Amino acid sequence: MLRFLALLVALALPLGAAVAAEVVVADLSQDRVSISTSFDGSEILVFGAIKRNAPEPSEGPLAVIVTVSGPDEMVTVRRKDRRFGIWVNVEGIEVDRAPSFYAVASSLPLDRALSETEDLRWKITTERKLRAVGATSMAADASAFLDALIRVREAVDVYTTDEETVRLQDATLFSTEIALPSALTEGNYDTRIFLTRGGQVVDSFATSIYVQKVGLERFIYNLAHDRPLIYGLLSLAIAIAAGWTASAVFRYLLP
Amino acid sequence: MQIYLPIAEVSVNAFLLVGLGGMVGILSGMFGVGGGFLMTPLLFMVGIPPAVAVATEANIIVASSFSGVLAHLRRKTVDLKMGGVLLAGGLLGAAFGVQVFAILKQSGQVDLLVKLCYVVFLGIIGSLMFVESLNAIRRSRAKGPAQKIVRRQRGWIHALPFKMKFRTSGLYISVIPPLLVGLFVGILAAIMGVGGGFIMVPAMIYLLGMPTKVVVGTSLFQIIFVTGFTTLLHATTNYTVDMVLAVLLLVGGVVGAQVGTRIGTRMKAEQLRILLALMVLLVCGKLALDLLLQPAELFSLGVDGEH
Repeated sequence: MLRFLALLVALALPLGAAVAAEVVVADLSQDRVSISTSFDGSEILVFGAIKRNAPEPSEGPLAVIVTVSGPDEMVTVRRKDRRFGIWVNVEGIEVDRAPSFYAVASSLPLDRALSETEDLRWKITTERKLRAVGATSMAADASAFLDALIRVREAVDVYTTDEETVRLQDATLFSTEIALPSALTEGNYDTRIFLTRGGQVVDSFATSIYVQKVGLERFIYNLAHDRPLIYGLLSLAIAIAAGWTASAVFRYLLP
Repeated sequence: MQIYLPIAEVSVNAFLLVGLGGMVGILSGMFGVGGGFLMTPLLFMVGIPPAVAVATEANIIVASSFSGVLAHLRRKTVDLKMGGVLLAGGLLGAAFGVQVFAILKQSGQVDLLVKLCYVVFLGIIGSLMFVESLNAIRRSRAKGPAQKIVRRQRGWIHALPFKMKFRTSGLYISVIPPLLVGLFVGILAAIMGVGGGFIMVPAMIYLLGMPTKVVVGTSLFQIIFVTGFTTLLHATTNYTVDMVLAVLLLVGGVVGAQVGTRIGTRMKAEQLRILLALMVLLVCGKLALDLLLQPAELFSLGVDGEH
Protein backbone atom coordinates (compact mmCIF):
# COMPACT_ATOMS: atom_id res chain seq x y z
CA MET A 1 0.00 0.00 0.00
CA LEU A 2 2.82 2.36 0.95
CA ARG A 3 4.62 1.51 -2.25
CA PHE A 4 1.47 2.44 -4.05
CA LEU A 5 1.10 5.79 -2.42
CA ALA A 6 4.71 6.54 -3.21
CA LEU A 7 4.11 5.56 -6.82
CA LEU A 8 1.03 7.73 -6.94
CA VAL A 9 2.87 10.73 -5.64
CA ALA A 10 5.78 10.10 -7.97
CA LEU A 11 3.43 9.85 -10.90
CA ALA A 12 1.27 12.78 -10.00
CA LEU A 13 3.95 15.34 -9.17
CA PRO A 14 5.97 15.77 -12.36
CA LEU A 15 3.05 15.15 -14.66
CA GLY A 16 0.61 17.28 -12.75
CA ALA A 17 3.05 20.15 -12.79
CA ALA A 18 4.06 19.86 -16.42
CA VAL A 19 0.86 18.93 -18.24
CA ALA A 20 -2.28 19.82 -16.41
CA ALA A 21 -4.31 20.26 -19.56
CA GLU A 22 -5.87 16.77 -19.44
CA VAL A 23 -6.35 14.75 -16.25
CA VAL A 24 -7.77 11.25 -15.95
CA VAL A 25 -10.23 10.45 -13.16
CA ALA A 26 -11.18 6.80 -12.71
CA ASP A 27 -12.71 4.24 -10.41
CA LEU A 28 -13.47 0.52 -10.27
CA SER A 29 -16.79 -1.25 -9.82
CA GLN A 30 -15.17 -3.07 -6.91
CA ASP A 31 -11.79 -2.78 -5.25
CA ARG A 32 -12.15 -6.06 -3.38
CA VAL A 33 -12.60 -9.55 -4.75
CA SER A 34 -13.59 -12.23 -2.26
CA ILE A 35 -12.73 -15.79 -3.17
CA SER A 36 -15.42 -17.99 -1.67
CA THR A 37 -16.02 -21.70 -2.34
CA SER A 38 -18.24 -20.91 -5.32
CA PHE A 39 -15.81 -18.38 -6.84
CA ASP A 40 -15.70 -18.74 -10.60
CA GLY A 41 -13.88 -15.69 -11.87
CA SER A 42 -14.92 -12.08 -11.64
CA GLU A 43 -15.35 -9.12 -13.93
CA ILE A 44 -14.14 -5.71 -12.86
CA LEU A 45 -15.59 -2.64 -14.51
CA VAL A 46 -13.03 0.13 -14.89
CA PHE A 47 -14.60 3.50 -15.71
CA GLY A 48 -13.76 7.19 -15.57
CA ALA A 49 -13.58 10.52 -17.32
CA ILE A 50 -11.03 12.93 -18.74
CA LYS A 51 -11.06 16.31 -17.02
CA ARG A 52 -9.98 19.39 -18.99
CA ASN A 53 -9.39 22.99 -17.95
CA ALA A 54 -8.95 24.13 -21.53
CA PRO A 55 -10.57 23.10 -24.83
CA GLU A 56 -9.45 19.72 -26.16
CA PRO A 57 -6.03 19.91 -27.85
CA SER A 58 -6.18 18.85 -31.47
CA GLU A 59 -2.77 17.22 -32.00
CA GLY A 60 -2.54 13.40 -32.04
CA PRO A 61 -5.19 10.76 -31.36
CA LEU A 62 -6.45 10.38 -27.79
CA ALA A 63 -6.29 6.89 -26.18
CA VAL A 64 -6.95 5.24 -22.84
CA ILE A 65 -4.95 2.19 -21.75
CA VAL A 66 -5.86 0.07 -18.71
CA THR A 67 -3.51 -2.51 -17.18
CA VAL A 68 -4.17 -4.92 -14.29
CA SER A 69 -1.23 -6.77 -12.82
CA GLY A 70 -1.39 -9.64 -10.30
CA PRO A 71 1.12 -10.33 -7.51
CA ASP A 72 4.63 -11.19 -8.72
CA GLU A 73 5.95 -14.72 -8.52
CA MET A 74 9.18 -16.48 -9.42
CA VAL A 75 8.76 -18.55 -12.57
CA THR A 76 11.18 -21.06 -14.03
CA VAL A 77 10.94 -21.41 -17.80
CA ARG A 78 12.42 -24.66 -19.09
CA ARG A 79 13.13 -25.76 -22.62
CA LYS A 80 12.93 -29.36 -23.79
CA ASP A 81 15.22 -30.94 -26.32
CA ARG A 82 15.83 -34.42 -27.65
CA ARG A 83 18.52 -36.36 -25.78
CA PHE A 84 19.08 -40.08 -26.35
CA GLY A 85 15.76 -40.29 -28.16
CA ILE A 86 13.59 -38.81 -25.43
CA TRP A 87 12.44 -35.28 -24.76
CA VAL A 88 13.96 -33.84 -21.62
CA ASN A 89 14.36 -30.40 -20.06
CA VAL A 90 17.79 -29.24 -21.15
CA GLU A 91 18.00 -25.66 -19.97
CA GLY A 92 15.98 -23.13 -18.07
CA ILE A 93 15.97 -19.59 -16.81
CA GLU A 94 14.43 -18.12 -13.72
CA VAL A 95 12.26 -15.07 -14.16
CA ASP A 96 12.50 -13.32 -10.84
CA ARG A 97 9.26 -11.43 -10.74
CA ALA A 98 6.67 -12.30 -13.32
CA PRO A 99 3.12 -11.12 -12.61
CA SER A 100 0.77 -14.02 -11.89
CA PHE A 101 -1.82 -12.20 -14.00
CA TYR A 102 -1.51 -9.38 -16.51
CA ALA A 103 -4.19 -7.75 -18.61
CA VAL A 104 -3.86 -4.82 -21.00
CA ALA A 105 -6.88 -3.13 -22.59
CA SER A 106 -6.81 -0.07 -24.82
CA SER A 107 -9.15 2.15 -26.80
CA LEU A 108 -6.90 2.22 -29.88
CA PRO A 109 -4.52 -0.39 -31.33
CA LEU A 110 -1.48 -0.27 -29.06
CA ASP A 111 0.98 0.70 -31.81
CA ARG A 112 -1.05 3.88 -32.33
CA ALA A 113 -1.92 4.49 -28.69
CA LEU A 114 1.59 4.17 -27.37
CA SER A 115 5.04 5.10 -28.64
CA GLU A 116 7.99 2.76 -28.16
CA THR A 117 9.77 5.11 -25.77
CA GLU A 118 6.71 5.67 -23.62
CA ASP A 119 6.17 1.91 -23.40
CA LEU A 120 9.78 1.54 -22.30
CA ARG A 121 9.29 4.18 -19.65
CA TRP A 122 5.94 3.02 -18.24
CA LYS A 123 6.24 -0.73 -18.90
CA ILE A 124 2.76 -1.08 -20.29
CA THR A 125 2.71 -3.95 -22.80
CA THR A 126 3.15 -7.51 -21.50
CA GLU A 127 6.56 -7.77 -23.18
CA ARG A 128 7.89 -4.59 -21.60
CA LYS A 129 6.42 -5.46 -18.22
CA LEU A 130 8.20 -8.82 -18.18
CA ARG A 131 11.49 -7.50 -19.55
CA ALA A 132 11.45 -4.87 -16.84
CA VAL A 133 10.92 -7.13 -13.86
CA GLY A 134 12.70 -10.30 -14.91
CA ALA A 135 16.38 -10.83 -14.18
CA THR A 136 17.28 -12.79 -17.27
CA SER A 137 21.02 -12.57 -17.76
CA MET A 138 21.60 -16.32 -17.34
CA ALA A 139 20.87 -17.60 -20.82
CA ALA A 140 22.18 -16.14 -24.05
CA ASP A 141 18.79 -16.36 -25.75
CA ALA A 142 16.80 -15.19 -22.73
CA SER A 143 14.30 -13.42 -24.96
CA ALA A 144 13.22 -16.75 -26.46
CA PHE A 145 12.36 -17.91 -22.95
CA LEU A 146 10.45 -14.72 -22.17
CA ASP A 147 8.53 -15.03 -25.41
CA ALA A 148 7.67 -18.59 -24.41
CA LEU A 149 6.50 -17.44 -20.98
CA ILE A 150 4.16 -14.92 -22.61
CA ARG A 151 2.98 -17.43 -25.22
CA VAL A 152 2.20 -20.16 -22.67
CA ARG A 153 0.37 -17.78 -20.36
CA GLU A 154 -1.53 -16.08 -23.16
CA ALA A 155 -2.77 -19.50 -24.29
CA VAL A 156 -4.53 -19.96 -20.94
CA ASP A 157 -5.67 -16.31 -20.72
CA VAL A 158 -3.50 -15.49 -17.73
CA TYR A 159 -1.88 -12.77 -19.82
CA THR A 160 -4.26 -10.92 -22.10
CA THR A 161 -3.92 -8.01 -24.48
CA ASP A 162 -7.25 -6.67 -25.73
CA GLU A 163 -6.90 -3.75 -28.08
CA GLU A 164 -9.88 -1.51 -28.77
CA THR A 165 -11.92 -2.89 -25.86
CA VAL A 166 -11.90 0.38 -23.92
CA ARG A 167 -14.98 2.37 -24.93
CA LEU A 168 -14.27 6.09 -25.24
CA GLN A 169 -17.26 8.44 -25.55
CA ASP A 170 -16.92 12.00 -26.82
CA ALA A 171 -13.24 11.93 -25.89
CA THR A 172 -14.37 12.27 -22.25
CA LEU A 173 -16.00 9.17 -20.75
CA PHE A 174 -14.37 5.75 -20.86
CA SER A 175 -15.11 2.28 -19.52
CA THR A 176 -13.94 -1.31 -19.94
CA GLU A 177 -14.33 -4.70 -18.27
CA ILE A 178 -11.35 -6.70 -17.10
CA ALA A 179 -12.05 -10.41 -16.60
CA LEU A 180 -10.27 -12.00 -13.66
CA PRO A 181 -9.90 -15.77 -14.15
CA SER A 182 -11.16 -18.39 -11.69
CA ALA A 183 -7.63 -19.55 -10.91
CA LEU A 184 -6.72 -16.40 -9.00
CA THR A 185 -4.00 -15.99 -6.41
CA GLU A 186 -4.39 -13.78 -3.38
CA GLY A 187 -2.86 -10.32 -3.19
CA ASN A 188 -2.97 -6.82 -4.57
CA TYR A 189 -3.82 -6.44 -8.23
CA ASP A 190 -2.24 -3.17 -9.34
CA THR A 191 -4.49 -1.31 -11.75
CA ARG A 192 -3.09 1.50 -13.89
CA ILE A 193 -4.95 3.76 -16.27
CA PHE A 194 -2.98 5.79 -18.83
CA LEU A 195 -4.20 8.67 -20.93
CA THR A 196 -2.14 9.10 -24.09
CA ARG A 197 -2.19 11.64 -26.88
CA GLY A 198 -0.22 10.97 -30.03
CA GLY A 199 1.52 8.08 -28.30
CA GLN A 200 2.71 10.22 -25.38
CA VAL A 201 1.45 9.52 -21.85
CA VAL A 202 -0.36 12.66 -20.74
CA ASP A 203 -1.66 11.49 -17.39
CA SER A 204 -2.01 8.32 -15.40
CA PHE A 205 -3.98 6.99 -12.50
CA ALA A 206 -3.21 4.02 -10.26
CA THR A 207 -5.28 2.05 -7.79
CA SER A 208 -5.44 -1.54 -6.70
CA ILE A 209 -7.84 -4.43 -6.35
CA TYR A 210 -7.48 -6.50 -3.23
CA VAL A 211 -8.09 -10.22 -3.81
CA GLN A 212 -8.62 -12.34 -0.72
CA LYS A 213 -9.95 -15.74 0.24
CA VAL A 214 -12.91 -15.62 2.63
CA GLY A 215 -14.91 -18.00 4.84
CA LEU A 216 -14.14 -21.69 4.56
CA GLU A 217 -11.43 -21.06 1.96
CA ARG A 218 -9.64 -18.69 4.33
CA PHE A 219 -10.00 -21.11 7.25
CA ILE A 220 -8.62 -24.13 5.41
CA TYR A 221 -5.76 -22.15 3.87
CA ASN A 222 -4.73 -20.71 7.25
CA LEU A 223 -4.99 -24.04 9.01
CA ALA A 224 -2.82 -25.71 6.36
CA HIS A 225 -0.10 -23.09 6.74
CA ASP A 226 -0.24 -22.30 10.45
CA ARG A 227 -0.94 -25.77 11.89
CA PRO A 228 0.33 -28.17 9.23
CA LEU A 229 0.54 -31.22 11.51
CA ILE A 230 -3.02 -30.79 12.79
CA TYR A 231 -4.17 -30.16 9.23
CA GLY A 232 -2.44 -33.32 8.03
CA LEU A 233 -3.89 -35.43 10.83
CA LEU A 234 -7.32 -33.94 10.20
CA SER A 235 -7.05 -34.84 6.50
CA LEU A 236 -6.16 -38.40 7.47
CA ALA A 237 -9.03 -38.55 9.96
CA ILE A 238 -11.46 -37.41 7.27
CA ALA A 239 -10.08 -40.03 4.90
CA ILE A 240 -10.39 -42.85 7.45
CA ALA A 241 -13.88 -41.73 8.49
CA ALA A 242 -15.03 -41.55 4.87
CA GLY A 243 -13.60 -44.99 4.16
CA TRP A 244 -15.26 -46.49 7.21
CA THR A 245 -18.62 -44.82 6.52
CA ALA A 246 -18.73 -46.12 2.97
CA SER A 247 -17.83 -49.59 4.17
CA ALA A 248 -20.51 -49.53 6.90
CA VAL A 249 -23.19 -48.19 4.56
CA PHE A 250 -22.44 -50.82 1.91
CA ARG A 251 -22.43 -53.57 4.49
CA TYR A 252 -25.88 -52.46 5.57
CA LEU A 253 -27.18 -52.16 2.00
CA LEU A 254 -25.57 -55.26 0.49
CA PRO A 255 -24.77 -57.76 3.21
CA MET B 1 -21.17 -26.86 -10.18
CA GLN B 2 -17.84 -25.03 -10.00
CA ILE B 3 -15.92 -25.08 -6.76
CA TYR B 4 -12.79 -23.13 -5.79
CA LEU B 5 -10.07 -25.25 -4.17
CA PRO B 6 -8.31 -23.32 -1.37
CA ILE B 7 -4.85 -24.89 -1.68
CA ALA B 8 -4.74 -25.71 -5.38
CA GLU B 9 -6.11 -22.21 -6.10
CA VAL B 10 -8.13 -23.27 -9.11
CA SER B 11 -11.84 -23.56 -9.77
CA VAL B 12 -13.06 -26.94 -11.05
CA ASN B 13 -16.32 -28.81 -11.54
CA ALA B 14 -17.27 -30.67 -8.35
CA PHE B 15 -19.16 -33.48 -10.12
CA LEU B 16 -16.22 -34.14 -12.40
CA LEU B 17 -14.02 -34.69 -9.35
CA VAL B 18 -16.55 -37.01 -7.67
CA GLY B 19 -16.76 -39.01 -10.91
CA LEU B 20 -12.99 -39.27 -11.23
CA GLY B 21 -12.77 -40.44 -7.63
CA GLY B 22 -15.43 -43.08 -8.23
CA MET B 23 -13.75 -44.44 -11.34
CA VAL B 24 -10.36 -44.79 -9.71
CA GLY B 25 -12.03 -46.18 -6.56
CA ILE B 26 -13.61 -49.06 -8.49
CA LEU B 27 -10.25 -50.02 -9.99
CA SER B 28 -8.63 -49.70 -6.59
CA GLY B 29 -11.10 -52.06 -4.97
CA MET B 30 -10.91 -54.56 -7.83
CA PHE B 31 -7.16 -54.84 -8.10
CA GLY B 32 -5.86 -53.80 -4.69
CA VAL B 33 -3.86 -50.97 -6.18
CA GLY B 34 -4.12 -47.54 -4.62
CA GLY B 35 -4.92 -46.04 -8.00
CA GLY B 36 -2.24 -43.36 -7.61
CA PHE B 37 -0.61 -44.10 -10.94
CA LEU B 38 -3.97 -43.43 -12.63
CA MET B 39 -5.15 -40.53 -10.51
CA THR B 40 -2.02 -38.37 -10.92
CA PRO B 41 -2.23 -37.98 -14.71
CA LEU B 42 -6.00 -37.50 -14.51
CA LEU B 43 -5.69 -34.68 -11.97
CA PHE B 44 -3.01 -33.01 -14.12
CA MET B 45 -5.45 -33.07 -17.01
CA VAL B 46 -8.16 -31.38 -14.91
CA GLY B 47 -5.69 -28.57 -14.20
CA ILE B 48 -4.63 -29.28 -10.61
CA PRO B 49 -1.01 -28.19 -9.98
CA PRO B 50 1.26 -31.28 -9.89
CA ALA B 51 2.51 -30.74 -6.33
CA VAL B 52 -1.04 -30.50 -4.98
CA ALA B 53 -2.21 -33.46 -7.06
CA VAL B 54 0.54 -35.77 -5.78
CA ALA B 55 0.08 -34.82 -2.11
CA THR B 56 -3.72 -34.84 -2.08
CA GLU B 57 -3.84 -38.12 -3.91
CA ALA B 58 -1.84 -39.79 -1.12
CA ASN B 59 -4.60 -38.68 1.24
CA ILE B 60 -7.31 -40.10 -1.03
CA ILE B 61 -5.53 -43.42 -1.33
CA VAL B 62 -5.70 -43.72 2.48
CA ALA B 63 -9.50 -43.45 2.32
CA SER B 64 -10.15 -45.81 -0.58
CA SER B 65 -7.67 -48.37 0.76
CA PHE B 66 -9.24 -48.21 4.22
CA SER B 67 -12.70 -48.69 2.75
CA GLY B 68 -11.41 -51.59 0.66
CA VAL B 69 -9.50 -53.26 3.45
CA LEU B 70 -12.58 -53.32 5.72
CA ALA B 71 -14.44 -55.26 3.05
CA HIS B 72 -11.50 -57.66 2.74
CA LEU B 73 -11.18 -58.06 6.52
CA ARG B 74 -14.77 -59.29 6.75
CA ARG B 75 -14.01 -61.75 4.00
CA LYS B 76 -10.85 -62.80 5.86
CA THR B 77 -8.70 -62.14 2.81
CA VAL B 78 -6.08 -60.03 4.58
CA ASP B 79 -2.87 -61.59 5.84
CA LEU B 80 -2.21 -59.21 8.73
CA LYS B 81 1.05 -60.89 9.67
CA MET B 82 2.44 -60.65 6.14
CA GLY B 83 1.08 -57.09 5.90
CA GLY B 84 2.95 -56.12 9.05
CA VAL B 85 6.24 -57.52 7.75
CA LEU B 86 5.81 -55.76 4.38
CA LEU B 87 4.88 -52.54 6.17
CA ALA B 88 7.99 -52.61 8.37
CA GLY B 89 10.11 -52.75 5.23
CA GLY B 90 7.84 -50.22 3.48
CA LEU B 91 8.11 -47.45 6.07
CA LEU B 92 11.87 -47.85 6.21
CA GLY B 93 12.01 -47.66 2.43
CA ALA B 94 9.69 -44.63 2.28
CA ALA B 95 11.82 -42.69 4.77
CA PHE B 96 14.91 -43.50 2.72
CA GLY B 97 13.11 -42.74 -0.55
CA VAL B 98 12.13 -39.25 0.65
CA GLN B 99 15.82 -38.49 1.24
CA VAL B 100 16.76 -39.78 -2.22
CA PHE B 101 13.99 -37.64 -3.69
CA ALA B 102 15.32 -34.51 -1.95
CA ILE B 103 18.84 -35.13 -3.34
CA LEU B 104 17.52 -35.69 -6.85
CA LYS B 105 15.38 -32.56 -6.64
CA GLN B 106 18.47 -30.45 -6.03
CA SER B 107 20.15 -31.82 -9.13
CA GLY B 108 17.05 -31.04 -11.27
CA GLN B 109 15.54 -33.57 -13.70
CA VAL B 110 13.44 -35.14 -10.98
CA ASP B 111 10.41 -35.04 -13.29
CA LEU B 112 12.24 -37.04 -15.91
CA LEU B 113 13.39 -39.62 -13.36
CA VAL B 114 9.85 -40.08 -12.05
CA LYS B 115 8.52 -40.53 -15.58
CA LEU B 116 11.29 -42.95 -16.53
CA CYS B 117 10.59 -44.92 -13.32
CA TYR B 118 6.94 -45.13 -14.32
CA VAL B 119 7.66 -46.25 -17.87
CA VAL B 120 10.24 -48.85 -16.87
CA PHE B 121 8.36 -50.38 -13.95
CA LEU B 122 4.90 -50.20 -15.47
CA GLY B 123 6.29 -51.64 -18.70
CA ILE B 124 8.09 -54.58 -17.10
CA ILE B 125 5.32 -55.44 -14.64
CA GLY B 126 2.54 -54.95 -17.16
CA SER B 127 4.11 -57.18 -19.81
CA LEU B 128 5.10 -59.91 -17.36
CA MET B 129 1.63 -60.04 -15.86
CA PHE B 130 -0.03 -59.93 -19.25
CA VAL B 131 1.96 -62.85 -20.64
CA GLU B 132 1.61 -64.90 -17.46
CA SER B 133 -2.13 -64.47 -17.10
CA LEU B 134 -2.67 -65.10 -20.81
CA ASN B 135 -0.84 -68.41 -20.44
CA ALA B 136 -2.86 -69.24 -17.33
CA ILE B 137 -6.12 -68.64 -19.17
CA ARG B 138 -4.95 -70.69 -22.16
CA ARG B 139 -3.97 -73.58 -19.89
CA SER B 140 -7.28 -73.58 -18.08
CA ARG B 141 -9.17 -73.53 -21.41
CA ALA B 142 -7.08 -76.33 -22.91
CA LYS B 143 -7.13 -78.75 -20.01
CA GLY B 144 -10.39 -77.79 -18.38
CA PRO B 145 -10.82 -76.28 -14.93
CA ALA B 146 -9.03 -77.03 -11.65
CA GLN B 147 -5.56 -76.64 -13.11
CA LYS B 148 -3.17 -76.15 -10.21
CA ILE B 149 -0.73 -73.26 -10.56
CA VAL B 150 2.82 -74.49 -10.21
CA ARG B 151 4.85 -72.37 -7.77
CA ARG B 152 8.36 -71.84 -8.99
CA GLN B 153 10.17 -70.43 -5.98
CA ARG B 154 11.14 -73.63 -4.29
CA GLY B 155 14.88 -72.95 -4.27
CA TRP B 156 16.83 -70.26 -2.49
CA ILE B 157 13.88 -68.40 -0.95
CA HIS B 158 13.02 -71.48 1.10
CA ALA B 159 16.60 -71.93 2.23
CA LEU B 160 16.73 -68.53 3.99
CA PRO B 161 16.65 -68.32 7.80
CA PHE B 162 14.07 -66.62 10.10
CA LYS B 163 11.18 -68.66 8.82
CA MET B 164 7.72 -67.58 9.80
CA LYS B 165 4.29 -69.15 9.36
CA PHE B 166 1.81 -67.00 7.42
CA ARG B 167 -1.39 -68.95 8.01
CA THR B 168 -3.77 -66.83 5.93
CA SER B 169 -1.47 -67.08 2.91
CA GLY B 170 -0.70 -70.73 3.62
CA LEU B 171 3.03 -70.00 3.49
CA TYR B 172 5.98 -70.98 5.63
CA ILE B 173 8.85 -68.78 4.43
CA SER B 174 11.65 -66.59 5.68
CA VAL B 175 10.77 -62.97 6.61
CA ILE B 176 13.71 -61.64 4.57
CA PRO B 177 12.03 -61.69 1.10
CA PRO B 178 8.86 -59.86 2.25
CA LEU B 179 10.97 -57.33 4.17
CA LEU B 180 13.07 -56.65 1.09
CA VAL B 181 9.98 -56.40 -1.13
CA GLY B 182 8.48 -53.90 1.33
CA LEU B 183 11.69 -51.88 1.45
CA PHE B 184 12.06 -51.74 -2.31
CA VAL B 185 8.41 -50.79 -2.86
CA GLY B 186 8.68 -48.15 -0.12
CA ILE B 187 11.62 -46.47 -1.86
CA LEU B 188 9.87 -46.48 -5.23
CA ALA B 189 6.61 -45.30 -3.66
CA ALA B 190 8.30 -42.26 -2.16
CA ILE B 191 10.11 -41.38 -5.38
CA MET B 192 7.14 -41.98 -7.66
CA GLY B 193 4.55 -40.52 -5.27
CA VAL B 194 2.22 -43.51 -5.27
CA GLY B 195 1.11 -46.21 -2.84
CA GLY B 196 3.07 -48.83 -4.72
CA GLY B 197 0.24 -51.36 -5.07
CA PHE B 198 0.96 -51.98 -8.73
CA ILE B 199 4.45 -53.17 -7.80
CA MET B 200 3.44 -54.82 -4.53
CA VAL B 201 0.65 -56.96 -5.99
CA PRO B 202 2.77 -58.71 -8.64
CA ALA B 203 5.70 -58.98 -6.22
CA MET B 204 3.50 -60.81 -3.73
CA ILE B 205 2.10 -63.14 -6.38
CA TYR B 206 5.27 -63.94 -8.27
CA LEU B 207 8.08 -63.44 -5.74
CA LEU B 208 6.43 -64.54 -2.50
CA GLY B 209 3.97 -66.97 -4.06
CA MET B 210 0.95 -65.69 -2.15
CA PRO B 211 -2.55 -66.68 -3.34
CA THR B 212 -4.17 -63.92 -5.44
CA LYS B 213 -7.27 -63.67 -3.22
CA VAL B 214 -5.16 -62.72 -0.19
CA VAL B 215 -2.81 -60.45 -2.11
CA VAL B 216 -5.31 -57.66 -2.77
CA GLY B 217 -6.43 -57.19 0.84
CA THR B 218 -2.90 -57.42 2.20
CA SER B 219 -1.62 -54.90 -0.33
CA LEU B 220 -4.40 -52.45 0.60
CA PHE B 221 -3.61 -52.96 4.29
CA GLN B 222 -0.01 -51.83 3.99
CA ILE B 223 -0.81 -49.07 1.47
CA ILE B 224 -2.96 -47.32 4.12
CA PHE B 225 0.05 -46.81 6.35
CA VAL B 226 2.59 -45.92 3.68
CA THR B 227 0.32 -43.28 2.09
CA GLY B 228 -0.80 -41.98 5.49
CA PHE B 229 2.86 -41.38 6.30
CA THR B 230 3.37 -39.66 2.93
CA THR B 231 0.32 -37.43 3.45
CA LEU B 232 1.67 -36.17 6.76
CA LEU B 233 5.09 -35.51 5.21
CA HIS B 234 3.55 -33.49 2.36
CA ALA B 235 1.21 -31.57 4.68
CA THR B 236 3.98 -30.52 7.04
CA THR B 237 6.76 -29.78 4.54
CA ASN B 238 5.07 -28.56 1.35
CA TYR B 239 1.56 -27.49 2.49
CA THR B 240 0.18 -29.08 -0.64
CA VAL B 241 -2.64 -31.31 0.69
CA ASP B 242 -5.95 -29.81 -0.47
CA MET B 243 -8.72 -30.88 1.88
CA VAL B 244 -11.60 -29.75 -0.33
CA LEU B 245 -10.17 -31.57 -3.35
CA ALA B 246 -9.60 -34.65 -1.17
CA VAL B 247 -13.16 -34.71 0.19
CA LEU B 248 -14.68 -34.45 -3.30
CA LEU B 249 -12.54 -37.26 -4.67
CA LEU B 250 -13.14 -39.29 -1.51
CA VAL B 251 -16.90 -39.27 -1.85
CA GLY B 252 -16.57 -40.99 -5.21
CA GLY B 253 -13.52 -43.00 -4.21
CA VAL B 254 -14.83 -44.80 -1.12
CA VAL B 255 -18.08 -45.79 -2.83
CA GLY B 256 -16.13 -46.92 -5.88
CA ALA B 257 -13.78 -49.02 -3.75
CA GLN B 258 -16.72 -50.88 -2.21
CA VAL B 259 -18.24 -51.57 -5.61
CA GLY B 260 -14.84 -52.59 -6.97
CA THR B 261 -14.20 -55.06 -4.15
CA ARG B 262 -17.50 -56.78 -4.88
CA ILE B 263 -16.77 -56.97 -8.60
CA GLY B 264 -13.29 -58.30 -7.82
CA THR B 265 -14.49 -61.23 -5.71
CA ARG B 266 -16.81 -62.37 -8.48
CA MET B 267 -14.09 -62.49 -11.11
CA LYS B 268 -11.51 -65.15 -11.80
CA ALA B 269 -7.99 -64.41 -10.64
CA GLU B 270 -6.55 -64.67 -14.17
CA GLN B 271 -9.12 -62.28 -15.57
CA LEU B 272 -8.39 -59.83 -12.78
CA ARG B 273 -4.68 -60.01 -13.47
CA ILE B 274 -5.01 -59.62 -17.22
CA LEU B 275 -7.20 -56.53 -16.79
CA LEU B 276 -4.73 -54.98 -14.37
CA ALA B 277 -1.90 -55.80 -16.77
CA LEU B 278 -3.71 -54.09 -19.66
CA MET B 279 -4.37 -51.01 -17.57
CA VAL B 280 -0.75 -50.80 -16.45
CA LEU B 281 0.45 -51.15 -20.06
CA LEU B 282 -1.96 -48.45 -21.21
CA VAL B 283 -0.63 -45.90 -18.71
CA CYS B 284 2.92 -46.94 -19.51
CA GLY B 285 2.34 -46.46 -23.23
CA LYS B 286 0.88 -43.00 -22.69
CA LEU B 287 3.86 -41.89 -20.59
CA ALA B 288 6.33 -43.39 -23.05
CA LEU B 289 4.71 -41.48 -25.92
CA ASP B 290 5.03 -38.25 -23.92
CA LEU B 291 8.76 -38.84 -23.69
CA LEU B 292 9.28 -40.00 -27.27
CA LEU B 293 7.11 -37.63 -29.31
CA GLN B 294 8.03 -34.02 -29.85
CA PRO B 295 5.84 -31.92 -27.56
CA ALA B 296 3.76 -29.16 -29.17
CA GLU B 297 5.21 -26.60 -26.76
CA LEU B 298 8.90 -27.05 -26.02
CA PHE B 299 8.84 -24.64 -23.12
CA SER B 300 7.24 -25.32 -19.76
CA LEU B 301 6.69 -23.13 -16.72
CA GLY B 302 7.29 -23.87 -13.09
CA VAL B 303 6.10 -21.45 -10.42
CA ASP B 304 8.50 -21.47 -7.50
CA GLY B 305 6.62 -19.24 -5.13
CA GLU B 306 5.36 -15.74 -4.58
CA HIS B 307 7.51 -12.83 -3.60
